[in-house]
Amino acid sequence: MSLLPNIVFALILFSGVAFFLRNVSKLKRNIYLGKDVDTSGNTKLRWTNMAKIALGQGKMVRRPISGILHIIVYVGFVIINIEVLEIVIDGLFGTHRIFSVIGPLYGVLIGVFEVLAALVFIAVVIFWFRRNVVKIQRFMKSEMKGWPKLDGNLILYFEIVLMGLFIIMNATDVEFQSMNSGNVISQFFAPMFEGYNVHLIERVAWWVHITGILVFLNYLYYSKHLHILLAFPNTYYGSVKPKGQLNNLEAVTNEVKLMMDPDADPYAATAEDAAPPDKFGASDVQDLNWVQLLNAYTCTECGRCTSECPANQTGKKLSPRKIMMDTRDRLVEVGENIDANNGEFKLDGKQLLGDYITNEELWACTSCNACVEACPVSIDPLSIILEMRRYLVMEQSDAPMELNNMMSNIENNGAPWPYNQMDRLNWKND
Amino acid sequence: MSEVLKVPTMAEFAATGKQPEVLFWVGCAGSFDDRAKKITKAFVRLLNKAEVEFAVLGTEESCTGDPAKRSGNEFLFQMQAVTNIEVLNAYDVKKIVTACPHCFNTLKNEYPSLGGDYIVMHHTQFLKSLLDEGRLTIEGGKFKGKRITFHDPCFLGRANDVYEAPRDLIKKLDAELVEMKNCRKKGLCCGAGGAQMFKDAEQGDKEINIERTEQAMEVKPDIIAAGCPFCNTMMTDGVKNKAEGQIKVMDVAELIANANDL
Repeated sequence: MSLLPNIVFALILFSGVAFFLRNVSKLKRNIYLGKDVDTSGNTKLRWTNMAKIALGQGKMVRRPISGILHIIVYVGFVIINIEVLEIVIDGLFGTHRIFSVIGPLYGVLIGVFEVLAALVFIAVVIFWFRRNVVKIQRFMKSEMKGWPKLDGNLILYFEIVLMGLFIIMNATDVEFQSMNSGNVISQFFAPMFEGYNVHLIERVAWWVHITGILVFLNYLYYSKHLHILLAFPNTYYGSVKPKGQLNNLEAVTNEVKLMMDPDADPYAATAEDAAPPDKFGASDVQDLNWVQLLNAYTCTECGRCTSECPANQTGKKLSPRKIMMDTRDRLVEVGENIDANNGEFKLDGKQLLGDYITNEELWACTSCNACVEACPVSIDPLSIILEMRRYLVMEQSDAPMELNNMMSNIENNGAPWPYNQMDRLNWKND
Repeated sequence: MSEVLKVPTMAEFAATGKQPEVLFWVGCAGSFDDRAKKITKAFVRLLNKAEVEFAVLGTEESCTGDPAKRSGNEFLFQMQAVTNIEVLNAYDVKKIVTACPHCFNTLKNEYPSLGGDYIVMHHTQFLKSLLDEGRLTIEGGKFKGKRITFHDPCFLGRANDVYEAPRDLIKKLDAELVEMKNCRKKGLCCGAGGAQMFKDAEQGDKEINIERTEQAMEVKPDIIAAGCPFCNTMMTDGVKNKAEGQIKVMDVAELIANANDL
């Protein structure tokens, strides 16, 4: 009988972690639906980027208010998780506050947790006001209606409840309160519970707290909040090249080399094992590379990219954040399709281009890299826009007419305007 | 015009068996656009003044392929790149300077993996190096008391992290360098990048160049300094719309040539 809580706890913990791991493996599978891309080399620089940008939150403080609040929540989240370790041990072995054996230091530890929990609570409430009362512009864009808005708020409610439960749990722990060490915040709440069955309240708070954490863990997979995990690999695999450098398509290089080679035999039979030529550019998520798909899962929809985008600022439909959200939504849809069809993707008559992202959005981009620069976790929306333009131009011949004119000029006379190449030096004598 | 510009070509150099110090990549805008041609000439005057042994490709130059690449036409881009690289390598070119950040970015970043490896400099970086080596001096007097703001070209700034060279040059003019709220990493695009120069903008509520011009006007400049022929066009257009006659748009090379009465 006395073992019952331990067993129940072990079951909840096991199923929570197992379900999470199951989704992690789906996540991994979905990301690897993307094409392979060379991320070798620059190991040191990549670790430095991860340390500075993700661990060190380096780019967050470029917007000081949200940046500092975010650092509070981030530090709080990471450190308070030490407490989760204690809860897990207590739950499995029926102990109570096992870490208290370390003596006076325990009070310091819990004291720090309580202060952090209070700060996180305040920060999260401010976040809620920014989204729902102040209505900061970047949270009000058209792509933020419906689920994305609810998702953002749910995360805040989760955090408010979890932090609240943590304080209540401490406030109603008679033994802990009587130690009078580390109850820096909870002591003010303890009197509120006088006259009630504090032992019961403490147990309920404890159980709901740990269950809530496990539910939150599993919520990640369905939420923009995945960034708390993926920001780390994403900043590691983020580009280490100058932002202006767009990749040169290898498939095209091979074709061009063949065209330029005077010894090439146009009638030569292709080798039996030669791979069929790649699709040029991307019309669906499988045509993107896996880093771009990782980018999509990492995006937490903060909208810093969109608020810096010159096209979006001047009322065009393009929103780099929407590009990332659409990519993820389509990827999730493809993943579900695969799950429903025994591991095989069944054509569903849909694709990223057209059904999610329109030509109008793609052609509004100035390739200025403002979105890439603004992203606090090294996401590159521009690379996806470019891949889709490549598909439109090289597979569909579907560029705006003026761009076709520009391109035929380059092809015919080596300049985007209809001037003769032979007149290139005329300026000298003008 | 009686003006004599010394603009030798690579072919002329090759004929005498000599190598110039640097190849000046003029670019399409610099060769054909009436406004940009003035920038090209101003830069050449400075090169002549500093007695730099440079050469141009002249009729052997062709579009780098930047607007094609950014429109998604990778085929056309690589065809342009490969032919240009063949010409450049045939002349054994080591160092290139260009007044166009788009050419700069493409030559510097996107040519190497196709076989074209060169030291590539933006003209503001090159002028700065001439200044540092004492080959060029800048007379400041002419712009004394003028307020100049520098509009960062995306393909020089964010794309390649070059922010200081143009500013260092402007500071030599005895003028007051005033910064827009959105400058350097946060600099707003003029609206021309990504091949937008060659097409109408999508439906919106404003043109990007107007937005940028308004940002510039907030700091009340006498001159908007640019470092890109396309930014120059966009900002000139913006000024025509918003503050005709009050603000001039000039390339950094023109500022310096002007200051030196060239």
